[in-house]
Amino acid sequence: MMLKLHKFMETRSVMLLIGILITVAIGGLVEIAPLFYLGSTIEKVQGMRPYSPLELAGRDIYIREGCYNCHSQMIRSLRDEVERYGPYSLAAESMYDHPFQWGSKRTGPDLARVGGKYSDEWHVAHLVDPRDLVPESIMPAYPWLLTTPAHMTTTADSLRANRVAGVPYTDQMIEAAEADFAAQAQPDSDGAEAVAARYPKAVVRDFDANPDMVSEMDALIAYLQMLGTLVDFKVYDATGSNQR
Amino acid sequence: MVRVLEQGKERVTMIIERVRDPRAARAEMFAFLGTGLLIAVAWAEIAMSQDVVMQAHAKIMLIGGVAALAWLLYRLIEGFDGVQEKGYNNAVIRAGVIASVFWGIAGFLAGDIIAWQLVFPALNFDTPWFSFGRLRPLHTSAVIFAFGGNVLIATSFFVVQRTCRVRLVGHLSPWFVFWGYQVFIVLAATGYLLGVTQSKEYAEPEWYVDLWLTLVWVVYLLVFLGTIIKRKEPHIYVANWFYLAFIVTIAMLHIVNNLAIPVSWTGTKSYILWSGVQDAMTQWWYGHNAVGFFLTAGFLGIMYYFVPKRIEKPIYSYRLSIVHFWALIFTYIWAGPHHLFYTALPDWAQTLGMTFSIMLWMPSWGGMINGLMTLSGAWDKLRTDPVIRMLIVSIAFYGMSTFEGPLMAIKAVNSLSHYTDWTVGHVHSGALGWVAFVSFGAIYCLVPWLWGRARLYSLRLVEWHFWVSTLGILLYITSMWVSGILQGLMWRAYDELGFLQYSFIETVEAMHPFYMIRAVGGLLFVAGALIMAYNLWRTVRGDEAEETIAHPSIASSATMTPMPAE
Repeated sequence: MMLKLHKFMETRSVMLLIGILITVAIGGLVEIAPLFYLGSTIEKVQGMRPYSPLELAGRDIYIREGCYNCHSQMIRSLRDEVERYGPYSLAAESMYDHPFQWGSKRTGPDLARVGGKYSDEWHVAHLVDPRDLVPESIMPAYPWLLTTPAHMTTTADSLRANRVAGVPYTDQMIEAAEADFAAQAQPDSDGAEAVAARYPKAVVRDFDANPDMVSEMDALIAYLQMLGTLVDFKVYDATGSNQR
Repeated sequence: MVRVLEQGKERVTMIIERVRDPRAARAEMFAFLGTGLLIAVAWAEIAMSQDVVMQAHAKIMLIGGVAALAWLLYRLIEGFDGVQEKGYNNAVIRAGVIASVFWGIAGFLAGDIIAWQLVFPALNFDTPWFSFGRLRPLHTSAVIFAFGGNVLIATSFFVVQRTCRVRLVGHLSPWFVFWGYQVFIVLAATGYLLGVTQSKEYAEPEWYVDLWLTLVWVVYLLVFLGTIIKRKEPHIYVANWFYLAFIVTIAMLHIVNNLAIPVSWTGTKSYILWSGVQDAMTQWWYGHNAVGFFLTAGFLGIMYYFVPKRIEKPIYSYRLSIVHFWALIFTYIWAGPHHLFYTALPDWAQTLGMTFSIMLWMPSWGGMINGLMTLSGAWDKLRTDPVIRMLIVSIAFYGMSTFEGPLMAIKAVNSLSHYTDWTVGHVHSGALGWVAFVSFGAIYCLVPWLWGRARLYSLRLVEWHFWVSTLGILLYITSMWVSGILQGLMWRAYDELGFLQYSFIETVEAMHPFYMIRAVGGLLFVAGALIMAYNLWRTVRGDEAEETIAHPSIASSATMTPMPAE
């Protein structure tokens, strides 16, 4: 019986093709499609907002340099991880991440909540030469970040592309993208307050202590300093519909 | 003068004669139009793009397009080489074998370089393009897509012709698949070094490279399927089921996982359509099935042809191949969530992932049993033919890593193993032990067949390759077991006061000796591949080393009788 059925399949190439397609489509449909409509997939939280233009540029650098190859951004719900890195990561915390940066390997530590843990000076020194601060470190050095200007010409387009993908950037955010980009690294400038108003909790500082240029270092540290800081876990309620 | 004119007239009538065949003419026109379009798009990008990498990549495409155009014109004037050609199309497979060996060595070498970078971070040289973060995707793509992909394309073209007993369809399309795929590799690899990446593991190439690969892949599917449709055998041989499943499923995974919004049509950067938890699930649905279909189903296709062929015995069980084929392709797709245990992925999806991952053990071992038992009654060949030894050991590694996989997909085990080197070791026992070894075995069979040589240059060198590489693999996976489990345990260790016992950097320090052992293991593996390259080179030249070991009488591909599945 089975052999007869299979004879039908394996003597007709297009039937075989269709049979394969149906067989391999099922698992993905069942596991992926519900994630888009089941309300409990992404917790209801306060504080999540799109990345500021400078943070987004920093995130692009994080991706470009392949940081995700060695650093995860996903604290699992295990006791030692919560004690080492902080509250376990929520799905909501990466809802504006295109693509996600959860990672798969911890050659270096998890960075999901690295924001605010170290000073800007520490980050600059560490990125220029990790072994200056941590002699046993095996992380590559990134000295060129300090001397390379972060490019802002496509900032508005980047925000627009993210909006097409579903990130709620407003028209005003896109219009002010280039101004916000520069102002976040210039705390004394006129635009500094506007950045903080548009992007609550955004850190406005001259991250690399070089007021003459918005460097790639500025952008990357702006991103690192906000990681995991948006959701206030003192007020977050993990019960009820937020339960995973 | 008159003579020149007459010669010219003769040429023109010859071309008209040739183009008169409407199917050939249509194919020619299509090829010219496609090449023209490619040149136009590349030209436009060069003219408009502000992006340095996009400019460089457009120039590569332009050079490729012009070269293709020149070749098409040359063909037209000198006569179609395809139309008159009879018999199997071996030329494109020979090219594929050369590319496989070249990319294999490049990819293994890249892997060993980054292994040394983890031992001595100074080897990053504080340079953007030589730092670990950019070289690691170069290594993974080079071994999976450049080496593995070329092996799969070459062997699938070889197998489908022999088991269907027809010539590969298309005159130009197989060559488009081959060259188009090499261009994809070059674009992807140079992009990584220049910092162009989507950051999705094993799917790092940016949107425009993805589009190019989609085009190449669709033509690959059409060539392969077209050849099956034209077959002179009533049954489709089991190896072709696996190849077909591999090609179709990779197309599905590639397209869905890579949907992205480009920032601009003239720039390299894009943002993936999916975000956060949905993107994570989509990525590992893709990522795990890149393993399941690229590195498993495709290479099982190789096993199902080359193992019985080299042993000269039919496959152990036809029924088992049916059962394990459908069970394997159905079950694999569900296993993705085991990359996301205890993360923000909903529990129901994690549970499904674990359940199906454990179930996957059975269909995987179905394939292993079918491959290993084919040797029953001929176990002595394991001793006498090192190529068979390589093939059979690859199946043993396949069995081992498909047991280890379900084990690591148990949530409790995964809580320890995830994020550690255990995963890296697991991947390499599959990639080096299974994928690379079965490929080496197939290449050792193919080269004498394709170049019309009676035997390999030297079986002794195959022995050397086998033992050097096996030692390399063993060093690699054992050191990664120890370092992975050690680091996992250190991360969760508590002191007597209830505090975490180790800082993160202490766990990094503890990895140092194991990273050293791993890098040495990798070096041995590279050395083995170089031995193979030398051996193949001498074989192609027609040299035969004087040896005391007896060479098996290799059935030539021409005398091969396809075995229908019943």
